[in-house]
Amino acid sequence: MKMGGAMNYKNKMMLLVISAVFGLGLAGQVAAGAADGGKPLMLADVSSANTFNLNLKKAKNPNAPPWEDGIHDTANEATFNLQPPLEAYKGLPKTSFGNHVDWVKALDQGLIKPRWDRLDSNEEPFVMDLDIVRPVKASVPDVVFPHRQHTEWLLCSNCHPAIFIPQKGANQINMSAILLGKKCGVCHGKVSFPVETKTCKKCHSKPKPADWKPPLSEATLKNPWK
Amino acid sequence: MALKNERDFAFKSLLLGVLLTLGLMGVSQQSKAEYADIVINNYADAAGMRPAVFPHWFHRIRFRCKVCHADLGFKFKAGGNEITMAKIIDGQFCGACHNGEVAWSVENCAMCHSGIPGTPTHFHGSTLQRLVAPAYKPLDAKKASKK
Ligand code: HEC
Ligand code: HEC
Ligand code: HEC
Ligand code: HEC
Ligand code: HEC
Ligand code: HEC
Repeated sequence: MKMGGAMNYKNKMMLLVISAVFGLGLAGQVAAGAADGGKPLMLADVSSANTFNLNLKKAKNPNAPPWEDGIHDTANEATFNLQPPLEAYKGLPKTSFGNHVDWVKALDQGLIKPRWDRLDSNEEPFVMDLDIVRPVKASVPDVVFPHRQHTEWLLCSNCHPAIFIPQKGANQINMSAILLGKKCGVCHGKVSFPVETKTCKKCHSKPKPADWKPPLSEATLKNPWK
Repeated sequence: MALKNERDFAFKSLLLGVLLTLGLMGVSQQSKAEYADIVINNYADAAGMRPAVFPHWFHRIRFRCKVCHADLGFKFKAGGNEITMAKIIDGQFCGACHNGEVAWSVENCAMCHSGIPGTPTHFHGSTLQRLVAPAYKPLDAKKASKK
């Protein structure tokens, strides 16, 4: 009797563990956005530690209305008076990142008319059309910083001198700084278009000369084992 | 009798597994907030108000960045402007527009104070949050970071 009880207990624990592991595996798979059409999952294939693309995060349901977006309180009645983004974005040129709206095109085509002055809807910005090319040592295309698109939205003093010294090449910029929210990353990755694979070429827009080769590293040049 | 118990337990553990699955799906779901939405909660929670939510997308359709970030002096830092209601009714920050002239006035508390209570000051969709965090987090930590 007592023995039987212990056996049962073992079996029960097994069952519990198996279903928990299955749960984890399935959750991981679903979370990773697996889309192989409901193919049944094999327990042996998937465990909690070995899910396919473990670190990939995919934004789900972009442009969700406020009452489904996870930050607005649905117990607050006024939440339902707020405008869903998609309603406002109707007719605006689309992208596949950030707000999923091409704000530069929307403005250039006159589809939106944001005020330059809080009160006076007739004031116009002082737009400066000056491109700054920043050669990049890496193999990616060189960076072109266009003043035009920026001065449509911003004042010189939003960037100069706090973020950038207004002198070509005077600022040290690299991707680590940008991704951590410094330099271009003060705005890009926050409010202006984000920094992700789909947007690299928006900044890295000037192709390298045809004869360009990546510079060899010191370690290669001085390699005694060559 | 024993058999019934067994089945009962099998069912229960299956149920637990399913619940765990659903729970994890919930946990691993990313916040779907619109890109550039800001929750501002330096003081609101402590005063018993819901946190304020500022939608950039909505405002940039109506104003250039310059209006807020140069003319009105909003610093480029979520939570960095120490906004209070006293300043707002004096016509600073949100109060420069939410005064019944440029935009609806300040009595509409719940239009701004619409965040889920307890949400920390937070910038939504920033690249920083997309950077891969340590791969293995214990479940408890994951749950805590869901905010
Ligand atoms: C430069 C002017 C301006 C400033 C500053 C401003 N707003 Fe607004 N806001 C507006 C206008 C204009 C509207 C649209 C009003 C209307 O529809 O009558 C609006 C609407 C809103 C809405 C409603 C959005 C919807 O879905 O209908 C919220 C919420 C809001 N503002 C929050 C804030 C908060 C919080 C602040 C301060 C951190 C702020 N605003 C600062 C001009 C401003
Ligand atoms: C979004 C940020 C931003 C804004 C707004 C901005 N600039 Fe710049 N500016 C830059 C960057 C980045 C550079 C390049 C610096 C470098 O290469 O190190 C630059 C460079 C310059 C230079 C140096 C050009 C050269 O050839 O040496 C001048 C002059 C300048 N800006 C003037 C202005 C003026 C005038 C305005 C307003 C009409 C303005 N900028 C607005 C970011 C900005
Ligand atoms: C102060 C904020 C700010 C900073 C700093 C900034 N940008 Fe921008 N940038 C914007 C805004 C606003 C736009 C308009 C489009 C948008 O919001 O997505 C823009 C647009 C652009 C565009 C035009 C995209 C197009 O579709 O035409 C490029 C290219 C660009 N930025 C590159 C850079 C680079 C490179 C740097 C750093 C040297 C930089 N930006 C720094 C705010 C900024
Ligand atoms: C907002 C504009 C912007 C975006 C978006 C952007 N970059 Fe950059 N990138 C820069 C600037 C500015 C530099 C510095 C160039 C220099 O050396 O002056 C740079 C430098 C680099 C470098 C050289 C190494 C370093 O860190 O300085 C590499 C490699 C690079 N970027 C890759 C990428 C990739 C890959 C992406 C897409 C995920 C990307 N960049 C997106 C602006 C951008
Ligand atoms: C235009 C948007 C807006 C409106 C309308 C608004 N608030 Fe606020 N309120 C804010 C912001 C932004 C903060 C700063 C939040 C923080 O940092 O915690 C704030 C902070 C507060 C705080 C905490 C800080 C303090 O000043 O003590 C209280 C309490 C508060 N609001 C109450 C109210 C009440 C009550 C109303 C309606 C009469 C109201 N608010 C209307 C935007 C608004
Ligand atoms: C209606 C006013 C308004 C307009 C227009 C506006 N912003 Fe903001 N912005 C804010 C407020 C409010 C905050 C949050 C400040 C706080 O929490 O104290 C903010 C915060 C920011 C931050 C800080 C993010 C961080 O790192 O914490 C950046 C960057 C920014 N805005 C960029 C922009 C850009 C670029 C534009 C134009 C495309 C823009 N904003 C237009 C009101 C505005």
